[in-house]
Amino acid sequence: MPRYTRLSGLEPLVITPDLLFVNVGERTNVTGSAQFRKLIKEERYEEAVDVARQQVANGAQIIDVNMDEGLIDSEAAMTRFLNLIAAEPDIARVPVMVDSSKWSVIEAGLRCLQGKGIVNSISMKEGEELFLEHARMVQQYGAAVVVMAFDEQGQADTCARKVDICSRAYALLTTRLDFPPEDIIFDPNIFAIATGIEEHNNYAVDFIEATRELKRRFPDSHISGGVSNVSFSFRGNNTVREAIHSVFLYHAIKAGMDMGIVNAGALMIYDDLPTELRERVEDVVLNRRADATERLLEIADNYKARKGEVVVENLAWREKPVRERLSHALVHGIDQYVVEDTEAARVGSSRPLDVIEGPLMDGMNVVGDLFGAGKMFLPQVVKSARVMKKAVAHLIPYIEEEKARTGDAGKSNGKIIMATVKGDVHDIGKNIVGVVLRCNNFDVVDLGVMVPAQKILDTAIAENADIIGLSGLITPSLEEMSQVAREMQRQNFTIPLMIGGATTSRAHTALKIEPHYKSPTVWVKDASRAVGVAQSLVSKDLVDAFIAKVRAEYAEVRERHKQRGSGKPLVPMEKARGQRYTTDWAAYQPPQPRQPGITVFDDYDLAELREYIDWSPFFNAWELAGRYPAILDDEIVGVQARELFRDAQAMLDRLIAEKWLTARGVIGFWPACSVGDDIAVHSVPSGESGQDWPESSGKPLAMLHHLRQQVDKPADRPDFCLSDFIAPKTAGKRDWVGGFAVTAGVGIDEHVARFEAAHDDYSSILLKALADRLAEAFAERLHERVRKEFWGYAADETLDNESLIDETYRGIRPAPGYPACPDHTEKATLFRLLDATGNTGIELTDSFAMFPTAAVSGWYFSHPDSQYFVVGRLTREQVDDYAKRKGWTREEAERWLAPNLDYDPD
Amino acid sequence: MSTPPWLHPERVALLEQQLRRRILILDGGMGTMLQKHALDETAFRGERFVDGHDSSHAHDHPGECDLKGNNDLLTLTNPDIIRGVHEAYLEAGADLVETNTFNSTRISQADYHLEHLAYELNLEGARLARAACDAWEAKTPEQPRFVIGVLGPTSRTASLSPDVNDPGFRNVTFEELVTNYTEAANGLIDGGADLIMVETIFDTLNAKAALFALSELFHQRGERVPVMISGTITDRSGRTLSGQTAEAFYYSVQHARPISVGLNCALGAADLRPHVQTLANVAQCFVSTHPNAGLPNAFGEYDETPEQMASVIGGFARDGLLNLVGGCCGTTPAHIKAIAEAVYGVAPRTLPAQAQEAA
Repeated sequence: MPRYTRLSGLEPLVITPDLLFVNVGERTNVTGSAQFRKLIKEERYEEAVDVARQQVANGAQIIDVNMDEGLIDSEAAMTRFLNLIAAEPDIARVPVMVDSSKWSVIEAGLRCLQGKGIVNSISMKEGEELFLEHARMVQQYGAAVVVMAFDEQGQADTCARKVDICSRAYALLTTRLDFPPEDIIFDPNIFAIATGIEEHNNYAVDFIEATRELKRRFPDSHISGGVSNVSFSFRGNNTVREAIHSVFLYHAIKAGMDMGIVNAGALMIYDDLPTELRERVEDVVLNRRADATERLLEIADNYKARKGEVVVENLAWREKPVRERLSHALVHGIDQYVVEDTEAARVGSSRPLDVIEGPLMDGMNVVGDLFGAGKMFLPQVVKSARVMKKAVAHLIPYIEEEKARTGDAGKSNGKIIMATVKGDVHDIGKNIVGVVLRCNNFDVVDLGVMVPAQKILDTAIAENADIIGLSGLITPSLEEMSQVAREMQRQNFTIPLMIGGATTSRAHTALKIEPHYKSPTVWVKDASRAVGVAQSLVSKDLVDAFIAKVRAEYAEVRERHKQRGSGKPLVPMEKARGQRYTTDWAAYQPPQPRQPGITVFDDYDLAELREYIDWSPFFNAWELAGRYPAILDDEIVGVQARELFRDAQAMLDRLIAEKWLTARGVIGFWPACSVGDDIAVHSVPSGESGQDWPESSGKPLAMLHHLRQQVDKPADRPDFCLSDFIAPKTAGKRDWVGGFAVTAGVGIDEHVARFEAAHDDYSSILLKALADRLAEAFAERLHERVRKEFWGYAADETLDNESLIDETYRGIRPAPGYPACPDHTEKATLFRLLDATGNTGIELTDSFAMFPTAAVSGWYFSHPDSQYFVVGRLTREQVDDYAKRKGWTREEAERWLAPNLDYDPD
Repeated sequence: MSTPPWLHPERVALLEQQLRRRILILDGGMGTMLQKHALDETAFRGERFVDGHDSSHAHDHPGECDLKGNNDLLTLTNPDIIRGVHEAYLEAGADLVETNTFNSTRISQADYHLEHLAYELNLEGARLARAACDAWEAKTPEQPRFVIGVLGPTSRTASLSPDVNDPGFRNVTFEELVTNYTEAANGLIDGGADLIMVETIFDTLNAKAALFALSELFHQRGERVPVMISGTITDRSGRTLSGQTAEAFYYSVQHARPISVGLNCALGAADLRPHVQTLANVAQCFVSTHPNAGLPNAFGEYDETPEQMASVIGGFARDGLLNLVGGCCGTTPAHIKAIAEAVYGVAPRTLPAQAQEAA
């Protein structure tokens, strides 16, 4: 194996001869860059990190970091800066050159580098022994080293001294130590030329000639130098300076210089230099005539850069052939030119379909590959799909025309019927999957939301579908999906069934769906997996092996589930109730609401709600994992998260300014007492009312039914039921319970339709996701106002948004259908008490999902000890008890509580 | 020259002779074996720590601390169990066994308020493995057995911030790690380890601190032992936790002139293969791997059977990627036996020409 220098950051850098010249970025150097010095002095480290990022983006293969400045604590600054860039993968991928004239600063730097970097520099300035001691440490830290041509007498200026000193250093390193020759980099000192002092005129030539000789003697080692020194006398005239660098490097590289500290972004190409300038610079660099400096000065001012030159948008891709333009537009999600490019491609093709099957599909394949490889993220893919849709929309009339003429239709990967099941209205995830599948050339028939089983099956037959895909978000949808599977089996279907949606899981599919349908049934974790699964299912070559694997997996899940039994056994109701949460109710003063009864909010200010948005779930909806705001700087998804966030903010600006959405809500408070696990709700008394409550014996307005944990816990930890947080009837206290229903989705349909008509799924999904967030924000904001104003038990609470999200306040707002009260049907009682449909327009489906989907509803509890908990698994004993309280049969109870059953119902 | 001589030149010569002759077998998981004993708090405490702290340590903190889960402590409180695990692997065919010292550093023992045990745990851990190896070497003289003194990654990372809001923050410094590793390595060498392995490297900077400590220690002691280095690719992205590719990782530790470099843990053999291949392409030294028994399932258990694992590793061996192979999490003597059988008679990877000259 050849002796190449092998360095590393997060990625390797092997210096092979074909690299020719390694660019070391010089801008992160306080001695060379006034801007960087200012940033470090003022501790503006974020911006300082950006300087490093630009260097790498501009082609620096190594970055030089130097903190040598009298007023800076150089060790601390070196440590801080290197630690910060270690967290930036787009910088940390390259090796670091730790640059200092102080050994302690170099050591501080080396202690931060996980990769193999370079020390710049050590020398024999203070004698051989210290030089060797430092070299040994460098070796021990695992770095290459720059050796400066400097000895006890001083810095080498002539060619002969440069070569002598470097040769002596090499001998010491390789004989007294076993320093690898390839890890030695000589810096034979680049000094300023054209200074007006005659002795300086030959400095560049001395460097170049020394380089030639050193490379001849030590071919495995390297020659480097700080290039900008050479043009120091022309500071203020960057054009001339860059020309000098370019000419100097041209000759030095030919002589064997193979590394240099340069401003990687600014290097000019030797051949691009104006002839006159290049010749006069060359005279100076090569010291070809006595008046070289004067002659360069004569013309230097002509090349001073003009101020205010602006960078234009890079439209170079517009110059490429149409095929590449389309591919570029798809990969980068640019829809600006797509219609004209598509038209150009159509005119150039024999059939309009060729444009889709050729350049457009090629582009989408690139997108698919990048997405599959984790190099593109969902928001980008959806944007790419928008470009694709626009292109296809342009072609459709031509295709139809041709089809009418020839009767020929295009090929697709297969046809997939997709639907959100009956009773459920959630479709963001399903729409994303639809987009991704369409991008991969599947023909998707989307039946929308709340689709009954028979309609799905009839459509599948009518369309001759290859796959059925079911989606759902709320827990009753799980039961509906297994119902669809049973129907498919009963009606002798054989096409594969795909299951997806937030509450679905591999375990549920394996246990509750797959056993009901003999043909392939596969759970799809998220949009990124949908294509792979669908392709495996339609491929004759892959399907058997794929399904065998899935079946084996599910069988194993079932087996494991069986073996595990139901985990820790549950306790009987008597024990669970005996271990209820309780407090000294006699000493408790229930807070009386300031505004009892119903309060309606028509058209709530969206601008106010915007401040209450919890952004983390928004990113998760787009399959970008992480917590806001850290996700914006995430090393993997940060760029996409920022872009998505910008788009979201822009849309929020518009939707608020143009009132796309209306937020409506209703809240209410009623006197209440707990009766066993139920809560009796009474009418609001007229006039002033104290805490004593003689009329609690009257007939209640409604009974709220709740479920109790049956977990085997130590005696000091209660088995909770929400009714525990309301004073029991026997206490004779007037306690209260509250309820709310809010939506931010009124008016959304019109805009969703508008986007879909424009083939803009990205905006459509974005709008829906934002409406969801606004509804959640509305619930959060109202809960805050309830605590402070309407109920008013925490009038002086002051919490920022983060604390709100972390729920550090008193009181809870559990929602029916969620873990503390998993029965969705209780929403019916809540809606009746609030007249939620009349007051807000929110409706309930058969499965008690809310429509519009951007809606939240729930109960308010004010007790200081009230808390969220998970009811979890239920025994048949409790299910029977609950059925009795609800007036249900056991079967009805088991259907609605299916996800919580600890047993298999008959 | 700067490199001190070997502490046990004859052992190193024997090891290198074996390495050139065949693929050597490392042992398998320690934790997996200990789990099967289902040890309780009392078993972990033994007599010396019966009150939840060190009764023989005058300056120990008052009060008690749960010690269950401190597997390394069993070296002192239940040495027969640890020795039993070593014996089981030696019987299964392991040529090298790893000491029970993965967490025997001050930093890791601080979780149990047992920082002061660091040296002792390493010393006794090495002695236990030494005794087991010596006993088996006496039984099967044709198969020499070697003790690998293990330096684990510690519970902290020197190049990653534990605080998402402050990427420049670190909860451990290079110097602290050097101090920790120096103490641990002294114990391992004093206890009779033939080699030292810096393993399960999530963060290469931690490993560089360990390697720095070792070279400084060898320099001071005037003698050295061979060093093995084994990194960990944490997921299918193909990078270490600290973000390096396998090749970048090797270049970062190559300066320590290890006898071997390799990969262990986190992935099963099949997923590790491309990265082991990368190392086999560039490494100037021997190449090792000790993968997990597959990826953990949803319950954190490892499902790959000895046969499955051995069949994948047999492929590695036949393609000439390996010099040393064993198992990590989830592997048992049955896995090691199956692996040993699968690679039996397969030629080891040959070193690149230049490295052979040097050696």
